[in-house]
Amino acid sequence: MEKKEKVLAAADPGCGRVPVNKIIPFSAVDGPGNRTAVFLQGCNFDCRYCHNPETRNLCRNCGSCVGKCPKGALFTDEDGKVRFCPEKCCGCDTCIHVCPFGCSPRIRMMCAEEVFAEVKKQQPYIRGITVSGGECTLYPDFLEKLFVLARGAGLGTLIDSNGTLDFEKYPQLLAVTDGIMLDIKSWDLEDHLRVTGAANERVLKNLEYLAASGRLFEVRTVVVPELFDCEKTVRETARLAASYLGRGNIRYKIIAYRPMGVREAYSHYHVPDQAFLDHLAELARREGMTDVLIV
Amino acid sequence: MRDIDMERVNGTREKMLETVKSPVLTHEQKVAAMANLADSLLEVVDLPEGLHDLMDQPIDSKCICDLAEGHAPLRPRYIIPDYKKFMREGSKFLQLDPPKDLFEALNSLLIFYKHVPSVTNFPVYLGALDELLDPFVQDMDEELAKKMIRLFLIHVDRTVLDSFSHANVGPRDTKAGRIILEVEAELEQAVPNITMKYDEDITSDEFALMGINTTLHSAKPSFANHKMFKSELGEDYVIASCYNGLKLGGGSYTLCRLLLGNIAKRASSVEDFKKNQLPYVCRVMADYMDARIRFEVEESGFFENNFLAKEGFIRRDRFTAMFGMVGLAECVNHLMELQGKTGRYGHDEEADALGVEIMDEIDAFNKAHVNPYCEATDGHFLLHAQVGIDSDMGISPGTRIPIGEEPEELIDHLRHCEKFHRYFPSGTGDIFPIDTTVHKNHDFLLDVIKGSFREGIRYLSFYAADSDVVRITGYLVKRSEIEKLERGENVLQDTTALGMGAKHNSRVFQRKVR
Repeated sequence: MEKKEKVLAAADPGCGRVPVNKIIPFSAVDGPGNRTAVFLQGCNFDCRYCHNPETRNLCRNCGSCVGKCPKGALFTDEDGKVRFCPEKCCGCDTCIHVCPFGCSPRIRMMCAEEVFAEVKKQQPYIRGITVSGGECTLYPDFLEKLFVLARGAGLGTLIDSNGTLDFEKYPQLLAVTDGIMLDIKSWDLEDHLRVTGAANERVLKNLEYLAASGRLFEVRTVVVPELFDCEKTVRETARLAASYLGRGNIRYKIIAYRPMGVREAYSHYHVPDQAFLDHLAELARREGMTDVLIV
Repeated sequence: MRDIDMERVNGTREKMLETVKSPVLTHEQKVAAMANLADSLLEVVDLPEGLHDLMDQPIDSKCICDLAEGHAPLRPRYIIPDYKKFMREGSKFLQLDPPKDLFEALNSLLIFYKHVPSVTNFPVYLGALDELLDPFVQDMDEELAKKMIRLFLIHVDRTVLDSFSHANVGPRDTKAGRIILEVEAELEQAVPNITMKYDEDITSDEFALMGINTTLHSAKPSFANHKMFKSELGEDYVIASCYNGLKLGGGSYTLCRLLLGNIAKRASSVEDFKKNQLPYVCRVMADYMDARIRFEVEESGFFENNFLAKEGFIRRDRFTAMFGMVGLAECVNHLMELQGKTGRYGHDEEADALGVEIMDEIDAFNKAHVNPYCEATDGHFLLHAQVGIDSDMGISPGTRIPIGEEPEELIDHLRHCEKFHRYFPSGTGDIFPIDTTVHKNHDFLLDVIKGSFREGIRYLSFYAADSDVVRITGYLVKRSEIEKLERGENVLQDTTALGMGAKHNSRVFQRKVR
């Protein structure tokens, strides 16, 4: 995991720019109300059921995609870097499908001010921003800067995270963050290693720390019954979160695995049925969670 | 009255016989059609010179359309009775005392509705139902009140057979308003059309969210920018028919519309369009509207003899007229092509700027034209972005972006609406089918409404993409009823036929889902 963080950090040219995969102007599904959702590129997990696996890696400038773009929106510049013209893009995703490294060439390196300029265009239609990924907490300094700007403009700030950043060490970031939406991929370490290729001690530590500090807006679990112990994960997560409900509401979102966008090698898992999802929701409620949502 | 030739008389007689024998029309629809055909034989309005060449033409070249108002207007097109006065005083003509409880109030309203004329023969305004009923629901069993209002609304849907009938709720959050929204979410019926007047400083979030929930079940209410309408028409405005802002106790004598796309076809250049063609057609249409209004006021006898006027439920001096337009998109695109430019309306800054310039011209014309019987609106007509009719082909309603060309992002679509809604105090609106994931996040739409109204958008409608009740252009129709009509079966409401036409001619079921 540490090695991956270094690779991603090296991609930052040093002027506070981070790789932005896309910015969705209006999102109804990334937190309360209407929000602009910012997706940063790069992830330190390798979840099998990831439905946007092209957000995981950074472009290696191999150029495989350049000739394949039907609109000529991609080219290689003098330095051998793959470049992207957003105005020519038709959104067909051919570049993503042909990339041998599971990446996307449509990444823009942007600083907090530039991202915020894109966000501002949606005011007064939005109540806040949500930063997601990839794993956006790989860029904590960027997040803090962006959130200071957002707060200054009266916008709410949410982070969508896999919980690998040691939040306790970033009090200034938390001070400008309304809440974290935290993924709990699995309760057991062994399962977690199988699902994500990474350990979960820090994730669980964050679960408790964020719940205790009233910053845990939401926990969610993607339900893939064949892959990990879903019942135990939901039960233990709910038990821990519920013990801190006095510090602020925490929603538990139980998300059904769906094969859309998932890499071919991992798209064979079964979509859990409604009865099992209802059963998990009931488990969460039994542990004391009141705001449980199945999607 | 001018003479007409026998060929036209016989042509009309043929149509009357076809109407009598129609297997599809209901009895009420036949009677209405026969009356319109009889009316079409009268020639009493002083037609301005040039009107025939602009109006009596095929759909791809006509520049003015009077929306089937008839040749001898025997009543104003839209009538907005002051139901508050009726609740307060009852009616001598209808032999009704003021209602004392919810039973009497609902019964009185149902009686009154049968006596309100309009161009469709059904009332286009049913009252601010929440305000009218709220005093009666305060001290009664809520379940009983809900059941009674439910039966009342079913009665309206099955007897007011036209979805241009419009009720209002809001901006205040009331017990009666909540019951109406709750019941309408359950009923999923096309009539009445409903608008929620919304003002973020007055309307509670909870009430607005109830409205959003209802609209995702039954494609209503729509949301009107209360601050905006109030500043233009005063506190006592109402929303009637499709989305028409009019004054309570008044209405609109007439609504004619410019077909801007066809007017553009007459022009040799943008300059010619703005300086010659557009002003000429505006002039002929305004003269025609003046002539219609003169007949209604001075000759028809309506305002002297109808009980609504006699008892003060309407007042002549609260009426205005609606100067309508359609096809700004086609007009702009044609003028861009004429200049050899490729920019399209709704996507290109220059094209949109041209649209704004054209609207400024129409607005300036209207503000310079004075009609002696439009005192209610400073002697001027009110501009109206007309929603189109079933036979329109390749004509976008009002200032809307053509279906199939909507911007990818909703934000860009709304920014476009911001530029055009301000011109139309007597109504405009945009419609957005919504992906059902929003069912779980109603706050999303509430944020969109709040932002829109802060930015000067006037009127918004939403419906769930998979809903049976859908908004066609301004009015509501059930898809299941259109399917019946397509199979040749009778259907209850006359607007279903209009919806079927719009489905086939204007692709209204192919709007971009948001």
